[in-house]
Amino acid sequence: MNWLIAILQATLFVVLAPLLAGWLKWCKCRLQNRKAPSLLQPYRDLIKLTNKQPVVSKQASWLFVTAPYIIFSATVLAASVVPLIAVDLPTSATADVIVMVGFFAFARFFQALAGLDTGTAFGGMGSSREMTISSLAEPAMLMAIFTLTMTASTTNLSGVIIYLLDHGLVLRPSFGFAVFALILVAVAETGRVPVDNPATHLELTMIHEAMILEYSGRYLAMIEWASQLKLMIYGVLIANIFLPRGIAESFTAKALGYGLLAIMVKLALLAVLLAIAETLFAKMRLFRVQEYLGFAYLLGVLGMLSHIILEASR
Amino acid sequence: MSSSNWTTDLLSQLNNAEFYIVPSLLQNAAGSARSHGDKKGDKTVLWQIENKHWQQFSQYAIEQNLRWVAGWAEQVDTLFIVNACFEKQGVYLLLRTHVNAEKPELPSQAAVYPAANRSERHTQDMFGINFLGHPDNRRWIRHKAWLKNSYPLRKDFPVQGEPETITPPDLDYPFVKAYGAGVYEIPVGPVHAGIIEPGHFRFQAVGELILNLEERLGYVHKGIEKIAEGRTPESLARLAGRVSGDTTVGHCWAACQAMEQAAGIEIPPRAALIRGILAERERVGNHLGDMGAICNDVAFVFAQMQFTRLRELWLRTNATVFGHRLLMDRIVPGGVMCDLSDASCALIKKDIVQLRKELSEIMPAIDLNSSLEDRLYTAGYLPPETAAAFGALGYVGRASGRDFDVRRDAPYAPYDQTTFKVALEEQGDIASRFWVRYKEINAALKLIEQFIAWLAEGEILAGWQTPSAGSESLGIVEGWRGEITAYIRFDAGNKISRFYPRDPSILNWPALEKLVLNNIVPDFPVCNKSLNGSYSGNDL
Repeated sequence: MNWLIAILQATLFVVLAPLLAGWLKWCKCRLQNRKAPSLLQPYRDLIKLTNKQPVVSKQASWLFVTAPYIIFSATVLAASVVPLIAVDLPTSATADVIVMVGFFAFARFFQALAGLDTGTAFGGMGSSREMTISSLAEPAMLMAIFTLTMTASTTNLSGVIIYLLDHGLVLRPSFGFAVFALILVAVAETGRVPVDNPATHLELTMIHEAMILEYSGRYLAMIEWASQLKLMIYGVLIANIFLPRGIAESFTAKALGYGLLAIMVKLALLAVLLAIAETLFAKMRLFRVQEYLGFAYLLGVLGMLSHIILEASR
Repeated sequence: MSSSNWTTDLLSQLNNAEFYIVPSLLQNAAGSARSHGDKKGDKTVLWQIENKHWQQFSQYAIEQNLRWVAGWAEQVDTLFIVNACFEKQGVYLLLRTHVNAEKPELPSQAAVYPAANRSERHTQDMFGINFLGHPDNRRWIRHKAWLKNSYPLRKDFPVQGEPETITPPDLDYPFVKAYGAGVYEIPVGPVHAGIIEPGHFRFQAVGELILNLEERLGYVHKGIEKIAEGRTPESLARLAGRVSGDTTVGHCWAACQAMEQAAGIEIPPRAALIRGILAERERVGNHLGDMGAICNDVAFVFAQMQFTRLRELWLRTNATVFGHRLLMDRIVPGGVMCDLSDASCALIKKDIVQLRKELSEIMPAIDLNSSLEDRLYTAGYLPPETAAAFGALGYVGRASGRDFDVRRDAPYAPYDQTTFKVALEEQGDIASRFWVRYKEINAALKLIEQFIAWLAEGEILAGWQTPSAGSESLGIVEGWRGEITAYIRFDAGNKISRFYPRDPSILNWPALEKLVLNNIVPDFPVCNKSLNGSYSGNDL
């Protein structure tokens, strides 16, 4: 039964990710004073791409066609670790947050290799930029997460959430720093403005898009879907760790239903915030990203320090 | 004080240097007069010199701070007539020499004037005239579409060209190479991810830093110069309107102005005012689009959406009032083909009020956005010296402190009756080019209002009279990208024998190669957009 719910939760993750992307796009369009495409547009795009015949460069190796599946599976596995509607699921017990970061790194490794594989200038450029950014983003992310895990004395995400739910609403300064750091990292890692622009057609400015420029058809669909999933994972992480109310602690239909409703509302609100930020800011110069992620890292460290100084003695 | 003082000074100086110069006038019905105004006769001077002095002259010219404007050639029997146009203080000097077709060689002016570089290479590709001492005589407009020893603009070359069944790929163009640890090459284009014109950019970069950029254009060569031969004036005006689609009014006006001068026709004042309104509307529409595009290139989509909306509304009014969104073919030889009713004038005025109101809301939001400021200020810096060396025109030149505008410095109807403030910025960066555009929009709106106020009842089309064979003239107008020159020579029977349009992009494109230096690769698109050269206008 527990495994069934775990699988259901992972499926929900995969199925809802395009909806979140659609909602985000909808919000952005409205903020820019224009008509928005339907919320279901990302699904239609995925179907369209899947039905198209992919074009693969003659120079591409096996890696190029395998990478989309590896990236997609790794991201789904990362998603299964994150509690979406319920805590204390068997998948959460088997892997902790460090494994989740590992899955992301694994997917990114293959993404970067695939970008290099066809030997185009843009793919290499994108891979190089992606690795630069991730090498700065990952430490910042781990710092933020360590702050949480030190509070809950566990690296298990489910455990962290249960601890937080048990201790009720307590003002923890360290969490303030950590959540801010995590948001900054999430924006960088999911390739959103002001770090990257997912909607651009300008090859030379691309980061994530440059790596996947050579992809088409179902391969592109896989990668697009994985990116949407990644965005949702970060959203759920932020929502459920810093605002865990509503998540199901028992596996009754009512609790699970509430859990689903709660997370959808939380994600919808987060997406509105992201849309506002993306509308307010221009993309920053590439070399500003270091300062930006350095700041995220600093926040993570401050979070940990304030935990040790203010909270750990209790 | 005559404004042509410098020409007399230079002439005496050159005569002392034992130059053999024949000062004359362009051979046309109106003398060398521009179509309107009281300063008739002193706007364009023609000097004929010996071809051995071609380069030496340019050395004197550059000492006198003459600006290199344009260069082109034409074939008359066994002779090549080579022209170079210079400008100073609003007075244009057309320098001319003859080159024997048997052994077509001429000392290069590009060694002195970097601005002449691509233009001479164009002439070299098209006529087979060898420019001696040229700093970079690789082929330019020539790709692989015609045979090695055929030259399309020679009279023996067929108009329909000599196309091979399959044009071979152009693989062996000798790009500048860079060597060293960590240097790599990024080829971009000619086909881009966005829907834009084709052009190839070759970067040499270390990490993200741009060491060198080389442009390779010519992918939209349409043979405009060749297919212009033998056309009637009406047909040529239509062709000129298609040199660069976004500058259809500017090019059409320049060509018509040249043809009218050659034929000695004065256009009615009402037609001149309507032409002014058309040109300013084109300027506003394009600047609005550009400002949005600059914002879009740094992912500030909000501004782009607003500017795109404003441009769309503006173009719709064009369609309602003039019958064409981009105002194509509204200008015809002798005047204009669409009149303005009182209702149309009211609509245009209402539109301007609305646009001003909307801009007053949007511009503060852009001005105060620090993330946008961070991207646009100091990026893509074009130093005034470089802008001067390449003769950068329009908003590119004016953003680097080059205070020149044909509408003010060599005015033609209807601008000769008005005064306006030429937009100027000194910083030379992307932000300057952005704000120059904004200032130009404001100036243009005022001009449109003025022209509408001055509209008096009258004809809009003057009768055409066939110019004599060999009549020639130079049309010079300020298009939205900057100064456009169009050279026209008539054959017998009202037919065109030579048409050379010089789009401002021809002089602005080389500036891009310089202004991106020391920027990073991902900043190139916004640098490029801030300059926004026309590919079509460059490739002809």
